[in-house]
Amino acid sequence: MTKRRDLLMRAMALGLATPLAGCDLEDPDHPDLADKFLHMMSAWNDRVQAALFDPHTLAPTFRPDQITQPPRFNAFYDISQVLVIDPATYKLELGGQIADKTPWTLTQLNALPQQGQITRLVCVEGWRVIGQWAGVPLAYFLRRVGADLTCRYVAFRCADGYYSSIDMASALHPQTILALQFLGQPLTPAFGAPVRLRIPTKLGFKNPKQIMQLAVTNIYPGGYWEDQGYNWFSGS
Amino acid sequence: MREQVIHPWPLRLMHWVNAFAIIMMIGSGWQIYDASPLFGFTFPSAITVGGWLAGAIAWHLACMWLLVLNGLAYAAWSLASGHYRKLLPIRPREVWHDFTAALTLKLRHERGVYNAVQRLLYVVVLLAGLVAVVSGLAIWKPVQLWYLCDLCGGYFAARYVHFTAMSVISLFIAVHLILVALVPRTLPPMLTGGRLP
Repeated sequence: MTKRRDLLMRAMALGLATPLAGCDLEDPDHPDLADKFLHMMSAWNDRVQAALFDPHTLAPTFRPDQITQPPRFNAFYDISQVLVIDPATYKLELGGQIADKTPWTLTQLNALPQQGQITRLVCVEGWRVIGQWAGVPLAYFLRRVGADLTCRYVAFRCADGYYSSIDMASALHPQTILALQFLGQPLTPAFGAPVRLRIPTKLGFKNPKQIMQLAVTNIYPGGYWEDQGYNWFSGS
Repeated sequence: MREQVIHPWPLRLMHWVNAFAIIMMIGSGWQIYDASPLFGFTFPSAITVGGWLAGAIAWHLACMWLLVLNGLAYAAWSLASGHYRKLLPIRPREVWHDFTAALTLKLRHERGVYNAVQRLLYVVVLLAGLVAVVSGLAIWKPVQLWYLCDLCGGYFAARYVHFTAMSVISLFIAVHLILVALVPRTLPPMLTGGRLP
């Protein structure tokens, strides 16, 4: 009886230890067999999420009194290290499959049609906050600059070295905006000034801040967290 | 006449696939929980799966397919073979009788027959599994699967529902393993099929 129990315990320990031994995506340059399996499943989950995505399904909206106060700062660095970008000299650069790549100043962006939203930002860690953002609908902006809307990806590069990318269908979703305002005021550096992406149909880390470059492309652009093993589509 | 096995091979196969899937789901789920704990404690990293949040999420969202497909296979097989009838009926009087008998160590284990407490526990853990899947999908896709999210009382509540389902399943596993340790002759039939006397 003891022997059998030992066997059982050993089998369980083995079952637990095997996945624990290094199969954790921690070294993207040297994927082991389990990492390859996880990447394969993550790619499969990208496809499932793209199929589940309904361009007409809206993220829930909230009342002003439900807004999280104070707002929660989040980045891959401390709030004291946030870059301050001069709004007067700022220009949003465009790249890839876009007809008119003339950079946009903040004044020009502010002159475009604006749209506000009170939506929920869900972090990949599990917490969520409700905030109010306003800005230019990305679908409007992409059409305005003559982007090739048949391309697969819209990619973003940020002042702080962060980068991310989203699928075109999500980019054209009516609630996806190039946000210029947060809580009724122009964005502050900590919350993404001068321009950030606000996309309530995706997890928080798919909402890059301090965007310097926007590109439309068919070449998979990846992302800061995505390249470390987080699921690329990460739709809500 | 053919000898009757206690556990037919599809049931054994699905049991061990499920055992692997559920251990991976709970282990990686604990690691995900630790990134943003709901209560005043975290799970020691030694008993979690995935190493860090990205690894844990990758395991969780990979093994969920195994868990769900295996669960669907079990439901289909159970209905087709009539196995589900072994889980019913659940009568409070019988449950109480078998429960007190078990506590006083008077309950005989009859091979191939589920006693009333077993039937109740199996049905409860199956329902907990269903709740875990529904609340898990609600947390994964609160926008696209908004109806599941609403069903769980919203995104915030869905995390608590998911945690509760996990707790029920974990308790079941603990009781299940203790009982196997107490009556070890129940283990081999789950590997070999066993033979009914």
